[in-house]
Amino acid sequence: MIIASLIILILPLLAFVIQIFFGQRLPRKGDFVSIFAVLITLGVALGMLVSILMLNDSQFMREAAFTWLNLGAFKIELGFLIDNITVVMLVVVALISTMSHIYSIKYMDKDPLYHRYFAYLGLFTFSMNGIVLANNLVSLYIFWELVGLSSYLLIGFWFQKDTAADAGKKAFLANRVGDLGFFIGIMLFFTAVGSFNYSDVFAGVASGSIHGTLLTLAGLGLFCGAIGKSAQVPLHIWLPDAMEGPTPVSALIHAATMVAAGVYMLVRLFPILTPDVLTVIAYIGGFTALFAATIAITQNDIKRVLAYSTLSQLGYMVMAIGTGAYTAGFFHLVTHAMFKASLFYGAGSVIHAMHHALHKLKDHTIDPQDMRNMGGFKTRMPFTYWTMVICTLAISGIPFFSGFLSKDAILAGTLAFANHSPQHLLIPFFGFAAALITPFYMLRLIFMTFHRGSKFPKVYRQIKESPREMTIPMVILSGLTLFLFYTLPQINPFFDTGWWFTNLIVARDTVVTGFEIITAHEIMVSMHHNHLAAMLLSVALAGLGILFSWLMYLRKKLSPQVWAKRSGFLYRLSFNKYYIDEIYERFIYKPLLKLTERVGYIDWDIYDQRFIDGFGRVTDKLARVSGELDWEGLDKMIVNGIGRQFQRAGQSLRQIQTGRLQNYLLFALLGIIIILILQVI
Amino acid sequence: MDFHILSWLIWLPVLGMMAILLIPNRFTNTIKITAAVATGIQLILAVVLWFAFDRTTGSFQFTEYAQWIPSFNIFYFLGIDGLSMPMVLLTALLMFISVFVSWKTDKMVKGYFALLLLLDTGMMGVFTALDFFLFYVFWEVMLLPMYFLIGLWGGPKREYAAIKFFLYTLFGSVLILIAILALYFNCGYTFNMVELAEIAPTVLSGVVWWGMSAIKVIWILLFIGFAIKVPIFPFHTWLPLVHVEAPTAISVILAGILLKMGLYGLFRVNYAMLPEAVWWFAGALALLGLVNIIWGGLCALAQKDLKRLVAYSSINHLGFALVGMAAVVAAGVMNGNNLMSAQAGMNGAVFQMFNHGTISAMLFILVGVIYDRAHHRNIAGFGGLATRMPIYAGLTMVAFFAGLGLPSMSGFVSEAMCLIGGFSVFRMIVVLSMLGILLNATYFLRAYQKIFFGKLNKKYSDLPEINGRELFTVIPLALITLLFGVYPAPFLNVIKETVNVLIEQVVTLGGSTGLF
Repeated sequence: MIIASLIILILPLLAFVIQIFFGQRLPRKGDFVSIFAVLITLGVALGMLVSILMLNDSQFMREAAFTWLNLGAFKIELGFLIDNITVVMLVVVALISTMSHIYSIKYMDKDPLYHRYFAYLGLFTFSMNGIVLANNLVSLYIFWELVGLSSYLLIGFWFQKDTAADAGKKAFLANRVGDLGFFIGIMLFFTAVGSFNYSDVFAGVASGSIHGTLLTLAGLGLFCGAIGKSAQVPLHIWLPDAMEGPTPVSALIHAATMVAAGVYMLVRLFPILTPDVLTVIAYIGGFTALFAATIAITQNDIKRVLAYSTLSQLGYMVMAIGTGAYTAGFFHLVTHAMFKASLFYGAGSVIHAMHHALHKLKDHTIDPQDMRNMGGFKTRMPFTYWTMVICTLAISGIPFFSGFLSKDAILAGTLAFANHSPQHLLIPFFGFAAALITPFYMLRLIFMTFHRGSKFPKVYRQIKESPREMTIPMVILSGLTLFLFYTLPQINPFFDTGWWFTNLIVARDTVVTGFEIITAHEIMVSMHHNHLAAMLLSVALAGLGILFSWLMYLRKKLSPQVWAKRSGFLYRLSFNKYYIDEIYERFIYKPLLKLTERVGYIDWDIYDQRFIDGFGRVTDKLARVSGELDWEGLDKMIVNGIGRQFQRAGQSLRQIQTGRLQNYLLFALLGIIIILILQVI
Repeated sequence: MDFHILSWLIWLPVLGMMAILLIPNRFTNTIKITAAVATGIQLILAVVLWFAFDRTTGSFQFTEYAQWIPSFNIFYFLGIDGLSMPMVLLTALLMFISVFVSWKTDKMVKGYFALLLLLDTGMMGVFTALDFFLFYVFWEVMLLPMYFLIGLWGGPKREYAAIKFFLYTLFGSVLILIAILALYFNCGYTFNMVELAEIAPTVLSGVVWWGMSAIKVIWILLFIGFAIKVPIFPFHTWLPLVHVEAPTAISVILAGILLKMGLYGLFRVNYAMLPEAVWWFAGALALLGLVNIIWGGLCALAQKDLKRLVAYSSINHLGFALVGMAAVVAAGVMNGNNLMSAQAGMNGAVFQMFNHGTISAMLFILVGVIYDRAHHRNIAGFGGLATRMPIYAGLTMVAFFAGLGLPSMSGFVSEAMCLIGGFSVFRMIVVLSMLGILLNATYFLRAYQKIFFGKLNKKYSDLPEINGRELFTVIPLALITLLFGVYPAPFLNVIKETVNVLIEQVVTLGGSTGLF
């Protein structure tokens, strides 16, 4: 297992190194190197999955570490932790990464930096696997920032575009904000426990080395990292902009894997989070789920709709962790990775087709990502259409699709949470409201893109289905949204006992002491009680959302324009993303820049030029004055009376008084030395 | 056996300098090659020293001891420990690189390289001298060549910059000299720094001058003297000016080596000889570190000149080392005997010194590369260069990300160690200084975007790519940064024993009941 995961970690890194240095000179610009590397990692990861399935041990765990640095008392060991969660996550990363690699062959076809693109994908896959495999907070943080780097590079891949370069920078900085908290959290754990290793930290928390408010603060610190990486409110602003990157990147990094790293981390570290932290997590996650969904309904850029949908779904996962149903959150991470990656591939396929059509028509005025410029593509792009429909059903939580299973579990978790603590009724409200809105905007996307007539018949006529390299990943991933892949060996999706997934991924009890704790078992029981209610309610809400969307965008019984006008202010809020970007720009970024300018001015123009140089000027003046006195007073008046001897002395004195500060200091120095030497003798 | 490797390291450049002075002016290439050979051999010696260095002990090695001025008890006493070893290597490496960075110099070539080598001797001497008088002589020997190198080969305002540099440092030197003499007269007329570290803490303990403890007075004198070199706020304003005016190679040396002398002095003199005052001053030190980090970061963000930005980033980076240094007090009883944090912070500070040396050198070389081509350094005046100079853009990215403390680069390890170390004692200060990391990322990424991203500026559509010589100067530094970032143990093994000795010194002789 350890060897296998070492292979998984190293191969993409090798691919990165080869591509960066030799990619341009290799045939096909070396894409086969990268693809070969990820295919092997996929094979190895699947092998690992098979072996844990055979073992079928929910407590399975392997660990290996080496000493990274050892200063005596201060020591850091880095290593791997492999359990069922790790393996499942490795498979997800390897799978989506492989799909994105294959998809990119055609999507990035004519890009002059084709080889570098694959290099960055390799770097990303390497760093992401590093996060997954980490057994300690240091490796976690290292790889955490490294995925940030590859994300920066890939968002800004088309760096000639200012928007892309801006988006990359914004993503990195927003993540850094979260990482500050993350790092503080890590330091709090380290100073209390004396180790970065997960198991040591867990033991430290269990024994009470860190407890009470401090533990809560440390947990909140860790959560800050997740807020940044998983783009939760208030640091969500970078993810929609990240859509400036190539679409396969959006699928891999900004939908399926990297943004889920925050969720993964919380799943890993769940047992050390205090109830207070969990409550905060639940609220932030739930709020993000609903908040992002309300933005998604008014966006017209096909990728942005998906981006907000991703935010909303990440909110779901985070909320699930907060409610204690963290295995449900992890389950949703897995199912979401499949259908959301596939949705992005679909969107990429549409954009690709639009690009080609517009290129042929030599039309540069039409935005190829604006859904209002699409319509009726159903017949032109059947593969894209059907895979997207399947995935839309999955994300909407329609029975027999994977999304139904995982979403249902999360919603049951929120109900269970509210049962235990009725004051948190908002949490299930967030969850169910988002469940209503999600199908609405997803079908809106489908209807606007694929149904009805096109606004530009000329463009429409040029639209073609994408090549096989792009459709195959879509078909594979949409196939993986079928419930069966998750519920085996149980055939009936309505029984959640005996699925391989729930057999392997079992909730662990928290190790936190000194708080009122709900055990994992209690949560499970409570979830079971609420299961049916959650299921029925969510299906009903999904149906309602679909109905509205159908009426509005397909049947045209309700006019979106009229509704937009009727909701007025609310519509504008949603359309402008609640003006969050503008608020940050105006109240944080701009004032910061202004502050720096002021500080820079004070530092140089005032402090240095006036104050420090002032010393110089004053001494200079003093020197001149004393020089004058010397000449005018001493020399002219007295010497005239006394004689040439003194005149000579005066003149030589004046030469010494050159008005140069350094001379004075040199003489001062000399004086001190002479005095001291005299003292000794 | 008696190879006197340290003497060779120190005096080799002087031999080179003499050779250069004998070469007629017109053979400029011969002069450059001579300088390269001298520094090259020095680098080889330093590398040999690095591998021969005994990592199991914290005491001085390769010592050389000879009488110099017996009537004042002055000796020619050299030796290195884990604190000086990395600095010696860094000096040799950066000097060798600097020769190649200066390869295109065409103004008074002979004088330039002769002074460069003299400077080399001064710096090597400071890092290896164990006699205080010798130390001070070398300290002053550095000053003069530096003054001329800035004043004669610098930019438009070079004379102003040179004088400012000279006055600032001279002011500091005077204070250091007074402190040295105070120690000399009060501790039995010895300049032996090893002895002083043993004697001074006990002898000076309890002595009061003008109502203030002697230890504190001497500490303050030394601190200001060294703080100017680091530089520590508010003694920092000479730095951006001098960097902007100095030629590239001099900026590399200044940022890479000279700034380290301040911190080296604090460790070697303040910490070792006046451990009691460490306890008194640690809080202030951490606070000054914070100010350096935040103030330097804010100023860097405001800069329009790329070289000024890099200069302010030095102020920001060295602030982390101060926070790490202050963490030594974690090892005391009153802070819960947290030896772990003290080790993290102190080793982190020494590591940060070295890393700042390589990273800032890299940054300044890269700034020089673009300046040589475009003849300006205005950040907003470029745009889209990544299209035109992909290799240069890639290397600058490595350097910038090293500067903003990306994990896998050495700067991250040392900064993290400093912060982790400081955190156990100075919780609020460390939390606030984390903001510096954010500022760090902001100014580097902003500058990078403005220079390299966006549409290619038409003016620069035929800018030549970075050439072989320039690559030769940057790539070794980038590799070292990566190597120690991925696996820092080989570096830390060299310094850790000495740092432990230093921690023990501060804890046991500093008035707090010890741990060891």
